[in-house]
Amino acid sequence: MPDVKNILLVGVGGQGTILVGKILSNGLMSAGFDVKMSEVHGMAQRGGSVSNQVRYGKKVFSPIIDKGQADILVSFETMEALRWLEYLSPKGKAVVNDYRIPSAPILTGKSDYPEGILAVIKSKVATTVIKAAEIAQNIGNPRTMNIVLFGALVRGMELTDIEWEKVIAGIVKAGTAEINIEAFRAGMKAGEI
Amino acid sequence: MGRTLLTGNEAVARGAYEAGVTYAAAYPGTPSTEIMENIAMYKGDILAEWAPNEKVALECVIGASLAGARVMATMKMVGVNVAADPLFCAAYAGVNGGLVLVSADDPGLHSSQNEQDNRYYAKFAKIAMVEPSDSQEAKDMVLAALEISEEYDMPVLFRMTTRVCHGKSLVETSERRQVEPKPYVKNLQKYDLIPAVSRKLRVGLEEKLKQLEEFSNNTNLNFIEWKDKRIGVISSGVAYQYAREVFGDQASYLKLGFTNPLPLDKIKAFAKEVGTLYVVEELEPFIEEQIKAAGIACLGKEKIPNIGELAPAIVAKALRGEKRSTIDYDQASIPNRPPTLCAGCPHRGFFYELSKLKNIMVTGDIGCYGLGGSDPLNAKDTSYDMGASISMGYGAQRVFERSSSNLRTISTIGDSTFFHTGINSLLHVIYNGGKTITCILDNRITGMTGHQENPGSGFTLQGVPTKIVDIGELVRVLGINHVRTVNPLKLNEVREAFTWALELDEASVIITRWPCVLKKLSSDDRKEFGDYLGKCAVAEEVCIGCKMCIKTGCPALRFNKEIKKVKIDETQCAGCEVCLQVCPVKAIRKVGE
Ligand SMILES: Cc1ncc(C[n+]2csc(CCOP(=O)(O)OP(=O)(O)O)c2C)c(N)n1
Repeated sequence: MPDVKNILLVGVGGQGTILVGKILSNGLMSAGFDVKMSEVHGMAQRGGSVSNQVRYGKKVFSPIIDKGQADILVSFETMEALRWLEYLSPKGKAVVNDYRIPSAPILTGKSDYPEGILAVIKSKVATTVIKAAEIAQNIGNPRTMNIVLFGALVRGMELTDIEWEKVIAGIVKAGTAEINIEAFRAGMKAGEI
Repeated sequence: MGRTLLTGNEAVARGAYEAGVTYAAAYPGTPSTEIMENIAMYKGDILAEWAPNEKVALECVIGASLAGARVMATMKMVGVNVAADPLFCAAYAGVNGGLVLVSADDPGLHSSQNEQDNRYYAKFAKIAMVEPSDSQEAKDMVLAALEISEEYDMPVLFRMTTRVCHGKSLVETSERRQVEPKPYVKNLQKYDLIPAVSRKLRVGLEEKLKQLEEFSNNTNLNFIEWKDKRIGVISSGVAYQYAREVFGDQASYLKLGFTNPLPLDKIKAFAKEVGTLYVVEELEPFIEEQIKAAGIACLGKEKIPNIGELAPAIVAKALRGEKRSTIDYDQASIPNRPPTLCAGCPHRGFFYELSKLKNIMVTGDIGCYGLGGSDPLNAKDTSYDMGASISMGYGAQRVFERSSSNLRTISTIGDSTFFHTGINSLLHVIYNGGKTITCILDNRITGMTGHQENPGSGFTLQGVPTKIVDIGELVRVLGINHVRTVNPLKLNEVREAFTWALELDEASVIITRWPCVLKKLSSDDRKEFGDYLGKCAVAEEVCIGCKMCIKTGCPALRFNKEIKKVKIDETQCAGCEVCLQVCPVKAIRKVGE
């Protein structure tokens, strides 16, 4: 299925990957693509690793992305990028948030947060590192971190023809459209590098 | 109407609405939960309810069907085990209004205790079955299933899997059709399943299945896509999507949407036309075994694993020898990220104290509190099925007593799980004079599955204020003489309750009562519990780096190895004060109150 594109969003429960998946799939649908999306609920909410898979094209069959198949991997948390890297195509792109959320074994001191992750990923695939937390903070709302990453994703996938700002305004909570659009623009810009 | 992106679960709810369902009931369970949550939104048209368990849900729905309504029950696959008794009866008795039972299976065990393939229930109970493979089919098959149910006078099993439930795809929606309820007609020869009646119904059931096989051969729920005939693929559910992805136009497909009884004539005809015949199934060889038994040569589980979730890559590797190249790197060094009790979770204090007790066997149960059995709390010996904590604990206690072991059993069970089937088990303890200690962890909501109301929370699924079952009163009336309610965030209260219970020679119940930290508090909750105030913070100069607080497993706490001090993440801290009570040098203080 060469005309099907695969976007993999990963992070930690509560980071807002689901909202980004929703904005993304709605925009792609409005642009006339067939879209399938897959997410797993349940235990993952309790601080576990989460993924959101979006596939689009003329006709999509499988709702899930295979190992080695993602065209882009957007990781909302640094270590999660490494966990999911095997799903990324060797020809794909990685967008990695330089943002650490230590997991339980790290918090208790049983394991250490791995160092040098960004270097490993950079040595394997085309990589854009984003300091999305900082960018969101500068905009004035740390909770827009996910939308910053979404902006970088849109840039990374060259999906800039879709009217994302309208889509965002239609989906985010009332009264937050403006700041989310600002976050989106900042993310697009940060994704250029 | 329009095209929208819906999850399979949302699509089933939409399908129920469009097909004129007027009554629906469920007990939550991943991956089925959102079906009933979405049905509940069609307030004026459908009465949607949470039942205390799946058996009750199905029985309510059966009653409503007899009364003439189109009805639906939804549950996760293990819920069907609980509801199996009425299901097998309903197969014999048939329906009045159409009846659909949704079973949401969980291949890959994303959030379940086993990986059972519920398609066998359709064969076992001798009922019709449909299997959607995406959201559009999920929506459309609800109407189809209700019509089959009414036409052939039997319940229909609507079998979904995690990827169909939680996968989103485009759906064409339409208007609701108003379906008048059928009149209720008393009919003992149909609804009074005494042996004399059931013997006759059993004969009739076989007759219906024959007719259904004919239907199965003719319905376009089972359709053929002719492409390259050198390979033929028979598949159902999401596995069909994977096969389609892998083979594209290089195979012909017999796509089965109606899978019990199987369309054996259609399968034979298809098999004759194609070269190699593959059966691509997720989990067990449900279709394959029947095809082989009919003398048709095919390949399936010789190549495709029956364990775990399927994926296109697995099919491609198994049947075409294809392997996609992946990025090669060291994965072993990535620390895992297991789910944990949230910061501020009321279960934490309870399990912290429980973890310190010696000579006990902790029989656990299913829910967030199961995480009290993980590192670093480790306060759990067992977890089976819902309600089992109390009965398994009782059985073990009896043996310990008879073998003069000094082990005591402590059962831990959540409020929703207690209402589900824990009550029955406690009845056994009381009736048989057991002396187990039952801890009911009442966080005022059904937590694990995402905050569903339950008989103790004060509201129905559709938001109607209702009676609140008082768990303390309930267990007293059942016959428990020793009942204590504690605040699980107050460690001394929990500790004292354990000491008290362990000294008793009779069964006791300890109720921990504090709301889930993520619960949207009702006005009653607010009155009773107030809001958390302030956060906890570590005075670094006082902290001796003993890591006692880390042993509570709170994700807001982090041990800094370099300076050997603990730091509390203030964005995560809920101010529950469990760590503060644990600290031996009073280094943790409350700030911002
Ligand atoms: C028979 C059955 N039905 C449903 C489920 C899904 N399930 C697992 S835990 C749970 C709810 C637990 O709620 P509660 O007992 O209140 O504990 P909490 O998660 O709030 O701590 C449900 C519905 C299941 N595992 N088995």
